[in-house]
Amino acid sequence: MSQLHRIASGGLINRTKPLSFKFDGKSYQGFEGDTLASALLANNVQLVARSFKYHRPRGILTAGSEEPNALVELRSGARHEPNVRSTVAELYDGLVAQSQNRWPSLGFDLGAVNSLLSPFFAAGFYYKTFMWPAAFWEKVYEPLIRRAAGLGKPPLHDDVDGYEKAFAHCDVLVIGAGPAGLSAALAAARSGARVILADEGPLLGGRLLSDKRVIGNQSGLDWVRATEAELASLPNVRLMPRTTIFGAYDHGVYGALERVNDHVATPPAYEPRQRAYRIYAKRAVLAAGAIERPHVFGNNDRPGVMLGSAMRTYINRYAVLPTKRVAIFTSSDEAYATAQDLIAAGGSVQAIIDTRADATISAPKDIPHFKGAQILNAHGNKQVQGVEIKLADGTIRILDCDGVAMSNGWNPAVHLTCHQGGRPVWDEKVNAFLPGTPPPGMSVAGAAQGHFGLKETLVDGSQLGAAAADELGFKAQAIAPPDTDPESLAHKPLWRVKSSSGKCFVDFQHDVTDTDIELANREGFRSVEHMKRYTTLGMATDQGKTANISGLAILGEASGRTMAEVGTTIFRPPYTPVSLGALAGHHVHKNFRPTRLTPSHQWAEEQGAVFMETGLWMRAQFFPKKKSEGWLEAMSREVEITRSKVGVCDVSTLGKIDFQGKDVGTFLDRVYTGTFSTLAVGKVRYGLMMREDGFVQDDGTTARLSEHHWLMTTTTAGAGKVMAHLEFCHQVLWPELDIAFTSVTEQWAQYSIAGPHARDVLKKLVDVQHDMSNDAFPYMACGAITICNGIPARLFRISFSGELAYEIGVPNRYGDALVRAIMKAGEEFGITPYGLEALSTMRIEKGHVAGGELNGQTTPRDLGLIKMVSQKKDCIGKHMSERPAMLEPDRPIFVGLKPKNPNAKITGGAHFLDKGAKPSLENDLGHMMSVAYSPMLKSWIGLGLVKRGRERIGDTIRAVDFVRGTEFDVEICDPVFFDPEGARLRA
Amino acid sequence: MRIPCPFCGPRDSQEFSFLGQAGLKRPDPAAPDAQKQFHDYVHIRDNKAGMTKELWLHANGCRSWIVVERNTLTHEVTGSEFASPMTKEAAQ
Repeated sequence: MSQLHRIASGGLINRTKPLSFKFDGKSYQGFEGDTLASALLANNVQLVARSFKYHRPRGILTAGSEEPNALVELRSGARHEPNVRSTVAELYDGLVAQSQNRWPSLGFDLGAVNSLLSPFFAAGFYYKTFMWPAAFWEKVYEPLIRRAAGLGKPPLHDDVDGYEKAFAHCDVLVIGAGPAGLSAALAAARSGARVILADEGPLLGGRLLSDKRVIGNQSGLDWVRATEAELASLPNVRLMPRTTIFGAYDHGVYGALERVNDHVATPPAYEPRQRAYRIYAKRAVLAAGAIERPHVFGNNDRPGVMLGSAMRTYINRYAVLPTKRVAIFTSSDEAYATAQDLIAAGGSVQAIIDTRADATISAPKDIPHFKGAQILNAHGNKQVQGVEIKLADGTIRILDCDGVAMSNGWNPAVHLTCHQGGRPVWDEKVNAFLPGTPPPGMSVAGAAQGHFGLKETLVDGSQLGAAAADELGFKAQAIAPPDTDPESLAHKPLWRVKSSSGKCFVDFQHDVTDTDIELANREGFRSVEHMKRYTTLGMATDQGKTANISGLAILGEASGRTMAEVGTTIFRPPYTPVSLGALAGHHVHKNFRPTRLTPSHQWAEEQGAVFMETGLWMRAQFFPKKKSEGWLEAMSREVEITRSKVGVCDVSTLGKIDFQGKDVGTFLDRVYTGTFSTLAVGKVRYGLMMREDGFVQDDGTTARLSEHHWLMTTTTAGAGKVMAHLEFCHQVLWPELDIAFTSVTEQWAQYSIAGPHARDVLKKLVDVQHDMSNDAFPYMACGAITICNGIPARLFRISFSGELAYEIGVPNRYGDALVRAIMKAGEEFGITPYGLEALSTMRIEKGHVAGGELNGQTTPRDLGLIKMVSQKKDCIGKHMSERPAMLEPDRPIFVGLKPKNPNAKITGGAHFLDKGAKPSLENDLGHMMSVAYSPMLKSWIGLGLVKRGRERIGDTIRAVDFVRGTEFDVEICDPVFFDPEGARLRA
Repeated sequence: MRIPCPFCGPRDSQEFSFLGQAGLKRPDPAAPDAQKQFHDYVHIRDNKAGMTKELWLHANGCRSWIVVERNTLTHEVTGSEFASPMTKEAAQ
């Protein structure tokens, strides 16, 4: 398997390290330092892909990240990655790649029949073809489009590799490590400024890796090596090769993607494949270079047609002669360097076809040189076999060749300058769009600024790098640039070749041709943004890096406007595709967000508890006795034992906020609907909290531990929001109040002990000096106590279950020990642990509101809690909760609901209708908010909002659930189903 | 986007949560037209294009409510201060 197109010597490849790889199942060899594209070309593989729409054979157009054609599927199985640009995929031993968008094979692709149907696939074909009949859309058109669309196939398995997120800070970020970037970094770094130099490629040097240049008295490559060595020696410099700066965001924040291990088969252990950085830079120098423009002529997409700059890259950097007999098509003096490099590498230049009649540069000796000539059309299918050229005098000639090198001037890579709204400006002198207003703190150096000469780029870089550091207070000096070898940059772009017979592609990746753009213009899509969407120009994964400017020029020509008048579409991040995996980093699956564990988690696990996620918390849902016990059975048992004996439940997840200060009572009066300033020390009160818009946001209890020390609890789900709300109330509304508060949710483990034997269990734990009798520690009492021989604890006689109940809090570190101690103490009374299901059932039996009812759309009045709202004072939300519409008697109000058939499994979300009423908005009476199976009532029960519900106690209505397809008769009843007098909790 | 926290220094905006327009005064609940005033206080906003003063909470930081001066057209942030005059005073 010899590499027939490999040049015998030279190049930045390591010939001592041959690498094997497979493309479409066939084995090839390349060298370390190759890209997949250069290795394919070394093996004379010209046909590497099929195009998106017409399935035309495609080869390799570029040698960089702008590649539109040569996309492949890389790797296999779980590491399979579609749409990889082979021009930037570094070769490694054992690399496996497949061509995509072809069936059954790359050489024989049935999809190519689309080419024959091309009249139907012109611009806007989606909109025209798939319009009628409307019924066809879902069943016929959409599946058809879905099958045909897209390039590579997405991977079918979870990605097995790891990704990281990282952060970096610097004074000066230099984007791109070509001659401009290297000199900018050096000038800034010598001043002591912290510099990050990032480049998308594995090697620093930019075009100096691809062109044989002289800087001062050394070669361009030696200059790169010397500069890199100095930068690497400085402690304030960080070199980041293989790192693409893909976005420029507000305030000097840059998004960067480091391809840490894309160049190896599998990442080493503990290393990520990619790392997404957020770089905070005080200044940035954009030295992203420029992208060469192709010519638009007939069949310009045939394999073998390549950018001239790319051809030089393959020859000089990779020691590969892409094609051996090349026609050079140029509108620029630069192509003459391509000719020289081709000849030096042993290739044959069949002719130089220069579109400029007045070109002054002379061709190498013995090379046919046609000035004022154009290539009309390329012959050949899977590779160029010749070109049809039109000479200045109009004669047509056929020229034999197997490749074409195009040079039509350069487009500065201004993309990052546009990410914050800057619009590029057309410059007549350099025939290119130049940066308009770059983001604050960014300057643009070298080719990205339209300064294409090597010396200019060195001057630019050094001046802007020094200026950036200087602005930050470093003493920086521009470095006097050495002389460079002479070069000729004269050019005059030719945007398209007219009178051509074949398809002339503008956007290779999306198969947009010059006539598509003309059609868009004829049909009225004259705005550049409209034309883009109608033709899909520039909307493929390459974002039209090689296509956009030619497209704009053709639109301008068709509509009689100049480039400046046509303008550009907006470049947005990312500059090149970024995988979602890198953006997600390690935040996937269970690590998507943090998990909070309760103090009793390990103990509960030992008991075989089934857990459920509530917000970030993992809470025990129920404790099955044996594996076969389901939630309903377990919950019923837990409720029955708790209500007849005693049960324990971890309630540590409730938010706890510790308040201190002399104005806490006043503050609580303002944030709660009730009055708290009158609460005696050693007492607890239930509190309801509204938002300022008058809807209930949370509830809980607040205990007064001492004169100036209070402890508030919030719901589990509301803890974060309530904390922020209270901080707002204090810091913004009433900063004059003398209070301080902090969240202590994590600091205290808290258990509810509930049931007739709760006191008996507690007595065994609480140290003897504390009187636990009902008189000494009545319902709603609280106090600091000690348990288990001196361990500090807080005791609250509060009850969510409706039973005689206590909540006991201990410093978190005792949480695990305490639950074990409670279980041991309760053994003789037949104690059971109970989970969320039982907790929820018991609160529904008692008609207590919780998450389902505190849904942000209910007022205290709606929830039957109007008595909780003090009429003697203002509080947050009071006025708004009393707006006329909120007082409307027809507004649904909180009631209990009992199905006529106790076994009818009513559902939350069901809507209420009167018997015989049609389901409509006008007839809607309200909806079910919470349901449970009540083991005490042996029936399903629910809580809901019913229009005029309090007046209709005893009525039977229908609970209709269209989502689950159920309908049951339910009776409206009081929301307190169990022990309505509350005798149990005061026992 | 970065926000200068008067306590913590410049921090990534991810650490903050946004509330809205700053400088609104909670109405006097005893005012005769209090309900109308509360309606405006809760719902009516200037929604300015240009320089604004906004309330942000440094939620994953020092938990200070701060007033940030931001240009809604350019995202330029020109300054910030503690929302609480007490904290402002203490900081000086």
